Amino acid sequence: MARRRPRRGGVPVVSAPPAAIGGLGVDDARTRARAAAETRQDTVFRLVLASSATLVLVVLGAAAISMLWGGRLAFETFGWHFIVSDEWDAVEHRFGAFVPIYGTLVSSAIAMVIAIPVSFGIALFLTEIAPAWMRGPVGAAIELLAGIPSIIYGMWGLFSFVPFMAANVLPWVDHNLGGAPWVGALFRGPPLGIGMLTAGIVLGIMVIPFISSVMRDVFRTVPASLKESAYALGSTTWEVVWQVVLPYTRSAVVGGIFLGLGRALGETMAVTFVLGNAHQLSTSLLMPGNSIAATIANEFTEADSDIYLSSLIALGFLLFIVTFIVLAIARLMLASLARKEGR
Amino acid sequence: MIGSRQSRPLPLFRRVRPALAALALIASTVPAAQAGEVTGAGSSFVYPLMSQWSADYSGATGTKVNYTSIGSGAGIAQIKAATIDFGASDKPMASEELTQFGLAQFPIVIGGVVPVVNIEGVAAGKLRLDGDTLAKIFLGTITHWNDPAIVALNPGVKLGGDTISVVHRSDGSGTTFNFVNYLDKVSPDWHAKVGEGTSVNWPLGVGGKGNEGVAAYVKQIRNSVGYVELEYALKTGMSYVSLKNHAGNFVEPSLATFEAAAASAKWSTAKDFNLVITDAPGEQAWPIAASVFVIVYRQPKDAARSKSAFEFFRWALEKGQARAKELNYVALPPALVKDIEKYWASEIK
Repeated sequence: MARRRPRRGGVPVVSAPPAAIGGLGVDDARTRARAAAETRQDTVFRLVLASSATLVLVVLGAAAISMLWGGRLAFETFGWHFIVSDEWDAVEHRFGAFVPIYGTLVSSAIAMVIAIPVSFGIALFLTEIAPAWMRGPVGAAIELLAGIPSIIYGMWGLFSFVPFMAANVLPWVDHNLGGAPWVGALFRGPPLGIGMLTAGIVLGIMVIPFISSVMRDVFRTVPASLKESAYALGSTTWEVVWQVVLPYTRSAVVGGIFLGLGRALGETMAVTFVLGNAHQLSTSLLMPGNSIAATIANEFTEADSDIYLSSLIALGFLLFIVTFIVLAIARLMLASLARKEGR
Repeated sequence: MIGSRQSRPLPLFRRVRPALAALALIASTVPAAQAGEVTGAGSSFVYPLMSQWSADYSGATGTKVNYTSIGSGAGIAQIKAATIDFGASDKPMASEELTQFGLAQFPIVIGGVVPVVNIEGVAAGKLRLDGDTLAKIFLGTITHWNDPAIVALNPGVKLGGDTISVVHRSDGSGTTFNFVNYLDKVSPDWHAKVGEGTSVNWPLGVGGKGNEGVAAYVKQIRNSVGYVELEYALKTGMSYVSLKNHAGNFVEPSLATFEAAAASAKWSTAKDFNLVITDAPGEQAWPIAASVFVIVYRQPKDAARSKSAFEFFRWALEKGQARAKELNYVALPPALVKDIEKYWASEIK
């Protein structure tokens, strides 16, 4: 019998003759039947697990293919021009994905610029600096942020944050940064409140709990002996974190960041409340824009022509591609980091 | 189970009993389709009224009317596929399309669109605009509130030199359709540059999701202008605009001016009631009134269900209009109700 048995206590269990299975050393019909039943159940269990895993892949593939199929009319009609065109005219049936793609990428980028340092600070605070009695409650509070539905973020954004931005922050930005050389164009515009910058900030706040909880968990896995050795040699807390903890946990930290980025790319409701849903391309971060998920959510039910519907489904496929590219970059980055570390 | 210590497996029936119980529980929650039930879908604008009518009708006659609000476009698609008994749309279908699919349509209730503004010191109804100026604002040709065209229409109103922020709908809707249909009728510029539809290529402005979204944005953004359904404008106390109608009078949005628009529209000229009543000719007519259309099959496959549906519509047209008024919808004028009933008699088999 060549069936592989798991190692128990480091000692490989030799394939036992059927007589010894059952632990009683009795080779009779009952023991043999039980052994056969267990083998059958093992096979069934393995098949169920394998099919669950395959099902996930199949569903993923099916979703991608069905979106590509649904969007084929748009791709056939517009070709590559679809990705670079900034038109969106439902009356003239001319659609282009550039404005939604740009909005998705820019708002997610702003979210990451805000979320990564803040999450790092939170994780650092909770693992190195905070007194023990504070770590539990603050950690729990951060994780509660993750449980808030995104539409609540959108409503909070629209009713509390937008007026604050419009009254206090954006006029300052427009006045002081709008005239700066090179980057001035990014910060010039009327203080509407809703726009790319506000959406990026709201998205950043949404994404912080995800990144910070991954970072916190992974910072805790750093062996105490490593950190203690560094402290013993006279390092400051910052040097320990930057030169010992972070390099040790680099892959997982990058993984956590891309988890947050994936969430930001696909976010619909929070973005549609505060981004402004305007199909206009503008360099200024103070102006409204549009994102892929918000466009689809807003316009799907009333898409009254085939090309319109097909363009929306094609947008969904493009979001799928964008997320896929982002994840591929993450994987490549992790692989190159692992290679540098000699793994 | 793996590692089970039982001497033999459970009999088949005992093993699948939990699964069977679960299936039975699920099956019991699926209601059987009942005779005399009516299903409809479509316009979200008319949904509050439909659900109220459905409750009233079910109380009065016991027949259930199920209406789902999925949008006018989806409602039309569903009735074409004959998966529902009636569809409701803010945009009428053309006669050729109706004939092609064997459909008939008629109006069921009137609604309309009201422009709203957020200008400091300007109360509801104080700002006067006409169609051409409104179109220019939404085209981006007029950019400041103290533009000569606006000042000329508003001699007594103090208007600063602030930039106008335009707010429109981000989602496709019948509200947008009626609004741009009006702009299309009154402004050749708009007709050339933008056109009409449930979703258009807005030259400028931000998009709010739904009437609520537009209302929220207009309230937040100073010196903004947007457009919402009548009910929103009246109920939320927003600063609505007085418009100059086709007859040359400045009218405020109210149930009375909407009714005037519905009454003065030339229904008799429209085959299959294919008429959008914007820019209605009446003296006191509100220029951006619109109707919601019900679309049914001329020769429905299930005669019993069709009969139930028409009994519901007859009830809605004759007895349901009071409820419509309560919910800030506008009732159809009695002459139109008679025309509709004549249409049923001649067109529906």
